[in-house]
Amino acid sequence: MSSPTSPMAPPRSFVWSRRIFLTLLTGFVLIPVYVMVSSSLKPLADVTGEFRWLPSGLTIRPYIDIWSTVPLAKYFVNSLIVAGAATVCSVVIAVFAAYAVSRYEFRGKRVFTVTVLSTQMFPGILFLLPLFLIYVNIGNATGIALFGSRGGLILTYLTFSLPFSIWMLIGYFDSVPRDLDEAALVDGCGPLGALLRIVVPAAIPGIVAVAVYAFMTAWGEVLFASVMTNDATRTLAVGLQGYSTLNDVYWNQIMAASLVVSVPVVAGFLLLQRYLVAGLTAGAVK
Amino acid sequence: MRSIRAAAVGAVTMSLALAATACGGGSSSGGGSNDSPKTLTYWASNQGASIAVDKQVLQPELDKFQKQSGIKVKLEVVPWSDLLNRILTATTSGQGPDVLNIGNTWSASLQATGALLPWDAKNFGKIGGKDRFVDSALGSTGATDKDPAAVPLYSMAYALYYNKKIFAEAGIAKPPTTWDELVADGKKIKAKGKSVIGAEGANVSENIHHVFVFAKQHGADFFTADGKPDFTNPKIVDAVKQYVDLMAEDKVIPTGDAEYAQNQSVSDFAKGKQAMLLWQSAAANLKSQGMSEDDYGITPVPVRSGTPGTGAQTNSMVAGINIAVFKNSHNLDGATQFVKFMTSDAEQKILNTAYTSIPPVKGAQSDAAFNSPANAVLKNTLATSAAALPQVSSESQFETAVGTAVKDLFADAAAGRAVTADSVKAKLEKAQQQMPAA
Amino acid sequence: MTTTALQEPVRKTSPGAAREPRRRTGRIRRIGLPYLLLLPALLLELLVHLVPMVIGIVMSFKELTQFYIRDWGTAPWSGLGNYQVSVDFDAPVGEALLHSFFVTVGFTLLSVGLCWLIGTAAAVYMQGTFRGRGLLRALFLVPYALPVYAAVITWVFMFQHDNGLVNHVLHDQLHLTDERSFWLIGDNSFYALLTVSVWKGWPFAFLIVMAGLQNIPGELYEAAALDGAGMWQQLRRITLPSLRPVNQVLVLVLFLWTFNDFNTPYVLFGKAAPEAADLISVHIYQASFVTWNFGTGSAMSVLLLLFLLVVTGGYLLFTSRGRRAADV
Repeated sequence: MSSPTSPMAPPRSFVWSRRIFLTLLTGFVLIPVYVMVSSSLKPLADVTGEFRWLPSGLTIRPYIDIWSTVPLAKYFVNSLIVAGAATVCSVVIAVFAAYAVSRYEFRGKRVFTVTVLSTQMFPGILFLLPLFLIYVNIGNATGIALFGSRGGLILTYLTFSLPFSIWMLIGYFDSVPRDLDEAALVDGCGPLGALLRIVVPAAIPGIVAVAVYAFMTAWGEVLFASVMTNDATRTLAVGLQGYSTLNDVYWNQIMAASLVVSVPVVAGFLLLQRYLVAGLTAGAVK
Repeated sequence: MRSIRAAAVGAVTMSLALAATACGGGSSSGGGSNDSPKTLTYWASNQGASIAVDKQVLQPELDKFQKQSGIKVKLEVVPWSDLLNRILTATTSGQGPDVLNIGNTWSASLQATGALLPWDAKNFGKIGGKDRFVDSALGSTGATDKDPAAVPLYSMAYALYYNKKIFAEAGIAKPPTTWDELVADGKKIKAKGKSVIGAEGANVSENIHHVFVFAKQHGADFFTADGKPDFTNPKIVDAVKQYVDLMAEDKVIPTGDAEYAQNQSVSDFAKGKQAMLLWQSAAANLKSQGMSEDDYGITPVPVRSGTPGTGAQTNSMVAGINIAVFKNSHNLDGATQFVKFMTSDAEQKILNTAYTSIPPVKGAQSDAAFNSPANAVLKNTLATSAAALPQVSSESQFETAVGTAVKDLFADAAAGRAVTADSVKAKLEKAQQQMPAA
Repeated sequence: MTTTALQEPVRKTSPGAAREPRRRTGRIRRIGLPYLLLLPALLLELLVHLVPMVIGIVMSFKELTQFYIRDWGTAPWSGLGNYQVSVDFDAPVGEALLHSFFVTVGFTLLSVGLCWLIGTAAAVYMQGTFRGRGLLRALFLVPYALPVYAAVITWVFMFQHDNGLVNHVLHDQLHLTDERSFWLIGDNSFYALLTVSVWKGWPFAFLIVMAGLQNIPGELYEAAALDGAGMWQQLRRITLPSLRPVNQVLVLVLFLWTFNDFNTPYVLFGKAAPEAADLISVHIYQASFVTWNFGTGSAMSVLLLLFLLVVTGGYLLFTSRGRRAADV
């Protein structure tokens, strides 16, 4: 990646301050990560006693126990389904909406954008109970079980990420030259064909960035998940609380489980980070 | 511009229409029925070491019930952190379980919502009659002037658990029976480098259980006879102060306990770091943490002077779990049948043994299994010196308001700030003003 | 953030207009198409955000206590009663709400400020090439990528009074304090919350600023270098001004997210947050769920929403005016 900085070597003061700052920051970022990893390998006595930097002995016991203390695998699958489906739906819907706003002039455009984006400032607690009531009533009226099901949660989460996603994609689509889709239209593609064949491929980084954001939003949410799920549909964010039981707080297991559920997300995130920066560059900050 | 306004009007109209339909909903299913006689949903509370343990305990019993009645019970063990919220949302929407466990202190509050089936003489008749149950447990099933909202399932009481080895090392011959003795023993224990007694300073419910008992010992109640909050009564202030002073003044509760809210004090005791523990039915808990029954003794909670009894000699709340039926159930008969099963003598023995609690059913309580020395202390406490928390509709708010006040006072004490009668009173006054005007 | 998208001058010509002569027959379809594309998003927002919000507002005018939640259609109207209780700052409920509001404002300002500062500094420092840059960048994104619960519970573990790392370092190893401090209760809880929030939040600022930096044309720096401007001067004269539009959005987004954040304080402190860290989202949660008074809880939420609307509106007005002035 080419760097836009000046060609001349940075001054010493800059290099030194950079070293100091980045070292401190790395420490700040890494210490909790270290604690998480090391504690997950400690015996219970180590984590319930005075803190020590180095474990008295290493054990993989917590990694075995986590699966039986709490049905972690089930929660994991639930989270994966919920976050995955919410992400896919959110991205698809956001792509359509952003395309409309980016490429068309129509009445009510301003109202739409303002309304959708302003939902971002709603305090979740304001609509928790009403949403719950609506889901139950839809369930009673139509037989579609939204409350307590993964479907309800998917629906909820996808709308959480929708406003920011739409707004980012509008920015990104605006940066895709319109000559391209004009050309596609001339070639006989319909507007949807132009969107799918030209605009979407050109906007992949932006779409990936939006998808990552949507996934993260759904993966970590606690409030709605704690009320809207039951035993069968509980997600990780809530399920992990099961490790602090009536008896004891199994800190080593909490850490091990946290790590297990984090690794796939963090790995995916880091793999996609190139897209993320590129996507944000064009989408969010233009 | 006109189109914008039109769109806005349209959106609002649509919202209102939907809102109106939602308003009409909620308890549309109203009174309950027997539409689905073959299944039941049961929300159990987390009684065992973990949710997995609860399932292991309960599932075989549910299978047994299915064999007897042909009704399949779908079990969900709801963690304590979620239970009340889940019940509230279920109440609001009318979509809940058929049968559920509730903390017995919530009985009156949940009773006021009207979501639970009242246990009148007829319903009690279906499960063998009210007089099968121990009186103290029945005292915590709802407001006294109404039919109980739930049926006692497990009973528990507070006791003082003490580490025999630490007591022997400190030269303490017999466990303390009064608070003064406890504080005096504390000095000897501290001299041996151990901490004295644990508390869950940041756990709102635990705080309430203790200050309630201290209030009783000071001859005061948090509510007047007609159900009005009376938190700033000087005797209440003294009582709350005495409890917090165990940390602030007497220094027998370590300051670190001020942030405990997840039963860390039990683990401190089980690990032998701490000499005493005030807890309800801790045996199973201690066992699962590897503390042998021979290592600790169990004795009634201290009083101010004399021996435990009624009134100012109260030394425990009536702790326990009740089982309730959701009024909206589509299988009311099955639900009642299930409650009958769970409170039968045979099941009571099995379940209360598994959870080391005391059966609130007379027939089961007399069983030899509940005559161990530990259980004798708990049984005796329940029978003679335990009192039920206030059975008022605002009990749940009381727990939150006063429990939080005590938590804040502990935080003050831990930070080395003075805890005075005035500071206690100020906190309680604030708590009282947060109570609903009823 | 409504903003950039909106305030951007409409520089595009409508493709519909351009194609007008060519495809007259598809006209109706063309007019309908944008609405069709918007429909799913619109319906979902209506279902999950707007309608519930309207219901929430209706609830705020009702006396929705434990006696009525079972069938809240029958709950009596309380007019402005819930609002009066919420804004009566001499009485404990209003006073507590006001206190919580100030705590939240202070917390949000500090958190957003620090996130922005650290994120910008890191992005600027990471702009040049040096060894380990790629690794460091990946590392810096880890706090953002960690699921909230996992991240916050790790901090809880570190902030424990007796067994936590923070006290172990500050007290046992560095001897900075005479006694172990409490971080999860009492006054320090504010700083604990701030630390966690900044730890989790700054990488987002870092990401966005990093992206923003890539949009600054290299020629600007080259021209400045020719003028003899040093690194620091370039930073002040080119980098920071060029980041203005990015910052406008970033700060607003961070502000709204931090202000409404529920997950972090809830996992950190549980249902009863210490007074010093009593953020408004948890406060309202407690006012509704723990005290079973959903009417008052809704009224508080509505007040909060109004406040955020005013702040956001004011902010946008202010920054866009400033921006226009800067553009001239």
